[in-house]
Amino acid sequence: MKIAVLMKRVPDTASVLKITPDNKSVDMANLKFVMSPYDEHAIEEALKIREAGKATEVIVFTVGPEGSQETIRTALAMGADRAVFVKEDPSRFNSKGIAEMLAAAVKTEGPELVFAGKQAVDDDASQVPERVAELLDLPHASIVTKFELNGRAATVEREIEGGSYTVEVPLPALFTMQKGINTPRYPTLPNIMKAKKKEIKEFSLADLGLDAAKLVSGLEVSGMSLPRANRLNKILDGDSTERVKKLLTILREEEKVL
Amino acid sequence: MTLNEDLLMLRDAARKFAEREIAPYAQAWDRDEYFPDEMIKKLGDQGFMGITVPEEYGGAGGNYMAFAIILEELARHDGGLCLAVEAHNGLCCGHILIGGNDDQKRKYLPALARGDQIGAWCLTEPNSGTDAAAMQTRAVQDGAHWVINGSKQFITNGERAGTYVVTARTGPGDRGAISAFIVERGTPGLSTGKREEKLGMRSSDTVVVKLEDVRVPAENMLGPEGRGFEDVKEVLKRGRVVISAMSVGFARGAVEEAVKYAHQRTAFGQPIFEFQAIQHKLADMMIQTEAARLMMYQSVSMLDRGLPTTREAAMTKVFASETATRVAMDAIQVLGGYGYLRDYNVERYMRDAKLIEIGEGTSEILRSLVAKTLRA
Ligand SMILES: Cc1cc2nc3c(=O)[nH]c(=O)nc-3n(C[C@H](O)[C@H](O)[C@H](O)COP(=O)(O)OP(=O)(O)OC[C@H]3O[C@@H](n4cnc5c(N)ncnc54)[C@H](O)[C@@H]3O)c2cc1C
Repeated sequence: MKIAVLMKRVPDTASVLKITPDNKSVDMANLKFVMSPYDEHAIEEALKIREAGKATEVIVFTVGPEGSQETIRTALAMGADRAVFVKEDPSRFNSKGIAEMLAAAVKTEGPELVFAGKQAVDDDASQVPERVAELLDLPHASIVTKFELNGRAATVEREIEGGSYTVEVPLPALFTMQKGINTPRYPTLPNIMKAKKKEIKEFSLADLGLDAAKLVSGLEVSGMSLPRANRLNKILDGDSTERVKKLLTILREEEKVL
Repeated sequence: MTLNEDLLMLRDAARKFAEREIAPYAQAWDRDEYFPDEMIKKLGDQGFMGITVPEEYGGAGGNYMAFAIILEELARHDGGLCLAVEAHNGLCCGHILIGGNDDQKRKYLPALARGDQIGAWCLTEPNSGTDAAAMQTRAVQDGAHWVINGSKQFITNGERAGTYVVTARTGPGDRGAISAFIVERGTPGLSTGKREEKLGMRSSDTVVVKLEDVRVPAENMLGPEGRGFEDVKEVLKRGRVVISAMSVGFARGAVEEAVKYAHQRTAFGQPIFEFQAIQHKLADMMIQTEAARLMMYQSVSMLDRGLPTTREAAMTKVFASETATRVAMDAIQVLGGYGYLRDYNVERYMRDAKLIEIGEGTSEILRSLVAKTLRA
């Protein structure tokens, strides 16, 4: 059984973003790029399944510009077996176009499971995996916090507002992963050494039988601005016991940091 | 000097590992004078316990640049743990790789490389440090065995090691030939003293290793009889190059902490960063650190290319180690009274950094070694 993992290269969340002078896009020059953190969870989950002997191969799929190979190698160094790389600048397309490319690429491998992060941390659109599922006519479950394979189906817990919800999904199917499902591993030195020998299969749009003109975004960005920091300035009242209780409630239920 | 893609990936992975698995605990390990045994297995899982051990012996098959990069990242947060990793990979595994035959490598390296156990290297004695060739430990052949007697001082990882590489005199007289042996933990007659209380590198255990009629099979001799000291010199030469990466790690830690603090701390109504005295100190710290790093990269890449590096190793270690101590001292000064407190880490970097001016060749003997190459 093959597992496909959809992976996106995004600017490092620690980097300081600048907007281009036309105010329409993020200035990509001099940025450090990393794998979108939710995708790390997707890869980790796939690797765990393979290590448990329930899958034969973990294949990473990405659409990205020249230079994305570096992020792909990180996925291979985490332990993925090989990669499929659609070399296209994703900023020229919207989620629909990217999903069409990924769906066409995934189809060439026919995996039983398709994993992805619940969203990419650059545009936060949460669109691509679900669209891929629709295009491939696969059932899907999003924001998964627990994944269990049982024969020809998967039982998963999905995070919903204030609770969780368990669904059983017949395979083949697509799942998007939430933080907390696992702790992604760091690439190990032996795997880094092996990564350069692993295959990265490159596809152009033509190879996938796609026409760029038909995929280009129907949306136009009219403007982009950096967020302004708004402080909440919440002041808690009551005696110290009450204030601690309120603070804990906020941290637990509103901020979900505990 | 730019690192290739693999090495950058390794640096990122080692940095993440150090930030998550080491940094939060380093102060406690320093206070308790021990890092937990579980760390050895964790380091093994990352491939950090068999860095330059070839894949056929269960290692990662990395080069010295990989080794140096890992050491810089680990030292950035804990010198003691990093010293343990350095002594294990560079000295113990290093000596087995240089001196050992295929059977010895097959028997001992896989468990060391996995991190099932840690290794120690026993050269120094109570009465011989810089003048290591004056060692008094002696091994005498008895049929198919060698019987070792003596005492080794300052042995890193000595308390918990599974495998010891021990040097001993096998030739006649006070200056007779020296050979090296692999001694397994649990061999009758091998015992360790109490953990030394140290200025720095406190999370690493340093002990006396006593050898009283320790019988080891003849097949545990590393290399031909009498070649031990040649191999020791090679081990130390390589060690000096990579241990310099630890100094770079300390200096970098000191700079990073000092810069961060200088922006946060205010005095006379402005961040102390705005005072030129502080700015110039920080700039000098940065310049010195970068110079040390470049010197280290240069020596490491020469080592990886198989070029002679005896002099470069000595120059690099003197410069990098003294830079790290000075930069860490300056960081304490930038942090003022807080720099003097354990909570702020920079005093720990200074304590850790000082060791590198002493271990694997003191600054004095290394300067003499450099000068020797300048003689007309
Ligand atoms: C924390 C720690 C860990 C260590 N780990 C290990 C280990 O794992 N294995 C191991 O074998 N050893 C280890 N050592 C020992 C270390 O390598 C020695 O301490 C070092 O080689 C110096 O030897 P010494 O302490 O006997 O000093 P000495 O050799 O007695 O030197 C004292 C002083 O005299 C100077 N001096 C000596 N000879 C000369 C000369 N010819 N010219 C000019 N000056 C000279 C020295 O530079 C120094 O300033 C460790 C030491 C420490 C502190």
